[in-house]
Amino acid sequence: MATKLSLNLQIWRQAGPDKPGKMVDYKLNDVSPDMSFLEMLDVLNDDLLQKGEEPVEFDNDCREGICGMCSLVINGVAHGPQKGTATCQLHMRKFKDGETVTIEPFRAKAFPVVKDLVVDRGAFDRIIAAGGYISINAGGAPDANAIPIPKEYADEAMDAAACIGCGACVAACPNASASLFVSAKISQLALLPQGQPERYRRATSMVAQMDAEGFGDCSNHAECEAVCPKEISIAHIARMKRDYLRSVFK
Amino acid sequence: MKLNAKVPAGPLPQKWDQHKFDLKLVNPANKRKYEIIVVGTGLAGASAGASLAELGYNVKIFCIQDSPRRAHSIAAQGGINAAKNYPNDGDSVWRLFYDTVKGGDYRSREANVYRLAQVSANIIDQCVAQGVPFAREYGGLLDNRSFGGAQVSRTFYARGQTGQQLLLGAYSSLMRQAAIGKVKQFSRREMLELIVVDGQARGIVVRNLMTGELESHVGHAVVLATGGYGNVYYLSTNAKNSNATAAWRCHKKGAYFANPCFTQIHPTCIPVSGHYQSKLTLMSESLRNDGRVWVPKKKGDTRSPEHIPEDERDYYLERKYPSFGNLVPRDVASRNAKAVCDDGHGVGETRLAVYLDFADAIQRMGEHTIKEKYGNLFDMYERITDDNPYKVPMRIYPAVHYTMGGLWVDYNLMSTIPGLFVLGEANFSDHGANRLGASALMQGLADGYFVIPYTIGDYLAKSSFNGVDASHAEVKEAESQVEANTQKLLSINGKKTVTEFHRELGQIMWDYVGMSRDENGLQHALTEIPQLREEFWQNLLIPKDSKTLNKNLEFAGRVADFLELGELMARDALERKESCGGHFREEHQTPEGEAMRDDENFAFVSAWEYAGLNNAPNMHKESLTFENVKLTQRSYK
Repeated sequence: MATKLSLNLQIWRQAGPDKPGKMVDYKLNDVSPDMSFLEMLDVLNDDLLQKGEEPVEFDNDCREGICGMCSLVINGVAHGPQKGTATCQLHMRKFKDGETVTIEPFRAKAFPVVKDLVVDRGAFDRIIAAGGYISINAGGAPDANAIPIPKEYADEAMDAAACIGCGACVAACPNASASLFVSAKISQLALLPQGQPERYRRATSMVAQMDAEGFGDCSNHAECEAVCPKEISIAHIARMKRDYLRSVFK
Repeated sequence: MKLNAKVPAGPLPQKWDQHKFDLKLVNPANKRKYEIIVVGTGLAGASAGASLAELGYNVKIFCIQDSPRRAHSIAAQGGINAAKNYPNDGDSVWRLFYDTVKGGDYRSREANVYRLAQVSANIIDQCVAQGVPFAREYGGLLDNRSFGGAQVSRTFYARGQTGQQLLLGAYSSLMRQAAIGKVKQFSRREMLELIVVDGQARGIVVRNLMTGELESHVGHAVVLATGGYGNVYYLSTNAKNSNATAAWRCHKKGAYFANPCFTQIHPTCIPVSGHYQSKLTLMSESLRNDGRVWVPKKKGDTRSPEHIPEDERDYYLERKYPSFGNLVPRDVASRNAKAVCDDGHGVGETRLAVYLDFADAIQRMGEHTIKEKYGNLFDMYERITDDNPYKVPMRIYPAVHYTMGGLWVDYNLMSTIPGLFVLGEANFSDHGANRLGASALMQGLADGYFVIPYTIGDYLAKSSFNGVDASHAEVKEAESQVEANTQKLLSINGKKTVTEFHRELGQIMWDYVGMSRDENGLQHALTEIPQLREEFWQNLLIPKDSKTLNKNLEFAGRVADFLELGELMARDALERKESCGGHFREEHQTPEGEAMRDDENFAFVSAWEYAGLNNAPNMHKESLTFENVKLTQRSYK
């Protein structure tokens, strides 16, 4: 059994959307290296409850790295130190005994804080609603094998489609741009024959919605790619920009 | 009330087509006069919400997460079945139907399962048209793989993220309808009560989880797609927010709960590592296509796996079931894993694990191919356990995964409350006593895309509706009930957190209503659960502010319901004095230790009617008649 860790936690506490927030220090002992990061926060919350203090609110659901509900900026990095890993899949063996760990919400103008570490990512739904779909009603689809799709295209579409919509790309970007998220959807659908009819309209409307929500522009820092738990490539942003330009001149 | 499943007459293959013709229609101009409330945005809820809006109904859709895209369908890994027969290996609608009825150990309703198999092919067409990037062959056509309980390859997949891709497809269709105003989306809302007026389901009361405010929404029908109740066990592969509250509150309002004891324990999950464990993680069944399950022949063998020579290993599934081998159905694989561990052959620190070994597959196909097929699962395994499964065998153990039981529905997916429809895992209808792999996604989407759009119209066309608004007495009554319940929870000044209670309940359920059950254990559970429930209402420690985001309060309400549902599960398990599928009664097994059904006395669905907290519930039986398949002892040997 590996040795237990003692940690100095510095956590962002904020009572509500319009309330002031601040970093608060907590000491946590006996942390097992086999715990997940969120299980460590569960233990902290149990301690706080027993002491009559308010537990720290944080979003989470599947705890398997796929629903995109968990977030957190850990030691300044969205989803923490392990590459290609969402916070819920990060384990405490990545931290050292005695380490100070800062935990903050995903910060962006378009992601207002709800409480503590919980933010509102409703803007992502509205961007998808603006065009992140293929217009087809249930019932009218042709046979699934009617249109062969080269494996390479299908695979690349899948690479893009792996996006879990967590918003780490926004939290990491100096401009709080949602370009990686938006481009992943645009790129997935642009790579498939089914996505062609609405391809350019989609690029225009999704990008317009991203701007309207208050996300910034992309200036090629590539911080998004570095923190993406699904390691989605910024090549998709390039495809989005090409499609967007083409749509302007169409 | 006598249960009427409303299964149409006529030969099985024609039932659904004839029924669709017989169903009354709502004309296109009238559809916009109806308001449909959909609760839950997993595969069933999202596909239903999108399809109903496409037809012209006004849809209000609710989810507890911050976005509909996060529902737990997203975590389904391996695939979705469909009777396409693209591989030319002998599949058909009939075979998928047959495999599903057999896999469910003959405790499902024939007509529902046949319809499921019929529409399965349309689902794949629909999803491809939506842009779901299924795996493809080099020729550009769709690839298939095999899953447990079948001898054909009929499973379509998108790497290890099939549920995610299907859900994002349904979600995109839903958002398209949101953009044109046909769908109104309500996120971070938890349904806490059903509003019933003049005997019809007419609305719901929800708590806005961000502000704590109660909101009431009324409409003409309520579609419940809130998933299963596996989290009653505390540790399960379900998401942390998955719960039974919406379904349970409907049950208390008059919806019968069917086969609550039918739960699925999935054989391939990452074993528990410590007491702080908050959930369990599934390793897709698809891994059993290439992984070989084994344990050391010697009891208590502590050597590391690479030091155990081939002839000292017991590939027990291949040995006992040569024709299905590692691809036996889930209930069979799980029970066998438990049996070898109970017998002292378990591996790993806790001795509660078996090996799932890819060494042969890697040697045969190369690491690259294995990586392409299962890369994300291998990575996930390594992140959690710190072991590299390319080098050492995975350690796996069964975990609670899915619940076949759920609210009782008729052929139209309507519950015993008129106007309350139940879809997906939340209903009981298609999987009998054991669900086959890759069939949950199929059922969720079948219900949402291809069944409810037809059957709800019939209900609306045949019903008359009185005006109901927010000031209606039943609405006010439902709201005050919810408020009273919340205040009751907040008034407890105890010492134990909701997680502690949940863990304790989970332990009782796992020990006595888990993978195998017997009369003594179930009786024991039936004494312990009410005691724990009593303690809960005396000794809960909970933050007091209800007008803010308060996850402990949310969970307290859910655990309170689990403490009632758990008792019903134990009662149902006690009454079903036979073994079938996932329900294994120690007293009823064949000499080889397989589940032994009692078709003469137990070929029925048990549908429980709520009779008040301190009264025993009433059991109603829907007898199951099999006109098209012959009931046999399931054999995978």
